[in-house]
Amino acid sequence: MSAPRPYTRPIDPQWWARPPYLAYTVREAAGAAIALYALILLWGVIALARGAAAYEAWLGFLRSPLSLLLHVILLAAMLLHVWTWFRIMPKTMPRLVIGGQYVPQARITAGGLAVAAAGFIVVLLLALWVRP
Amino acid sequence: MKRAIAPVFWLPFGAGGVIAALIGPALVLITGIAAPLGIGIGPDFMSFARAQAFAHHPLGKLVLLAIIALFVWHGAERIYLTLHDMHLASKPALAWLCYGAAGVITIVTVIALLAVGF
Amino acid sequence: MPLDESREPQGELPKEIILNVLRYRPGADEKPVPQSYRVPFTADMSVLQALQYVKDHVDGSLTFRWSCRMAICGSCGMMINGEPRLACMTFLREFPEGTVEVEALRNFPIERDLVVTVADFVRKIASIYPYLIPKTPRSLAEGEYLQTPAELARYEPFSDCINCMLCYAACPQFAENPDFIGPGAMALLQRYNGDSRDGGSARRMELVHGENGAWSCTAVGYCSEVCPKAVDPANAVNQNKTRSALDFFLRWLPGGSR
Repeated sequence: MSAPRPYTRPIDPQWWARPPYLAYTVREAAGAAIALYALILLWGVIALARGAAAYEAWLGFLRSPLSLLLHVILLAAMLLHVWTWFRIMPKTMPRLVIGGQYVPQARITAGGLAVAAAGFIVVLLLALWVRP
Repeated sequence: MKRAIAPVFWLPFGAGGVIAALIGPALVLITGIAAPLGIGIGPDFMSFARAQAFAHHPLGKLVLLAIIALFVWHGAERIYLTLHDMHLASKPALAWLCYGAAGVITIVTVIALLAVGF
Repeated sequence: MPLDESREPQGELPKEIILNVLRYRPGADEKPVPQSYRVPFTADMSVLQALQYVKDHVDGSLTFRWSCRMAICGSCGMMINGEPRLACMTFLREFPEGTVEVEALRNFPIERDLVVTVADFVRKIASIYPYLIPKTPRSLAEGEYLQTPAELARYEPFSDCINCMLCYAACPQFAENPDFIGPGAMALLQRYNGDSRDGGSARRMELVHGENGAWSCTAVGYCSEVCPKAVDPANAVNQNKTRSALDFFLRWLPGGSR
């Protein structure tokens, strides 16, 4: 018998880019996109503070093809965020037992998605309602 | 066992995530696509005058601060963890970078909102 | 999980399958080396049976752990085509391409061939006070605890863990940080914290609040996907992030630690 000589395998440095972890990395990137959108809003606030000319320049950027493409990507990221957020949300809660019955995580997810859909509609209606 | 400081960043991450989930898609659609293209939204929706009126109001400032700051802290946590997954630097170094940036951006947001005036 | 939906061969099954096994013989091998074996098989054979065929008829030196052959002992966890699987529950008919890659469970040191070092995992599950700690002293004369089905439902899946360690092989944060207490230990921890008969949460939460507790987890979720018993360790870890975070801020309020 030989003495124990355990072999430790090296970690793959690109593990995050390969299945099954790639989906997780894409999900995290959607979260990063949320911050990017906030920075665009911040630019608008700073432009607002600097005056009408700076603000018009920001609006001009928003009308540009680059910005429109970027916002389509950001919208996709936001939607991915909504989907993955409510898939994970039940995992962050204790197992829910109501009326003696376990509530499946899928139902909690569905509830969350319903609230998000309602939120989406409410904000859209607010924007449409304040049309001058 | 020594407590991790992670909860300090995890709660704003969570708050930002919830708000982004509820109003994020609508905000991106309106401010980034519908209003600039004038689809379904009037041409004055994001005009300088209306934006100023909104941002002058203390409640408007609060809304803008909440959205910008919480979205940024949410993203900072994600970016911190992902950069660590990619082995780009040590946890402390990345924490200073990501949370530090989020902190600076939050302060800049407050200053800008005050500079907009009342 | 693929049930035995057909005991008849589906389509043209090869008569033989090739097992590419990562061997490691300490002393003889500098580092692990692949070795191929041809294994004749029928539609109902598992990877474990294929390994047993090799050991019995081809190469007696091939070393692997196994016991129950029915996914309850947790011994035969290994990487099969890159996924953490139980060999007894993985069937050769799943691989129509005719080859299977077999390797020791990831994220653990290889002792020999398909056998990994489990001492660290055993230490972790022992460390979480894996026994009921009564809320108040209770004598035998007081009789048994009563527990409703609803109270059972709050923790029952966490009690299904067979300690197979597939979740540790799945977890990239455990790969990165071997001191992370990990999904399996957290599932066992939650089995007790969630049990209405138990009063030992505070003691166990000490292990949760640290960097190597719940906070090493980034909610990848792959642990729950690979679990053969639907324990959902991701739920055990992440609900304790919420609990730990609330406790971080509320511990000084009346009611104390949560």
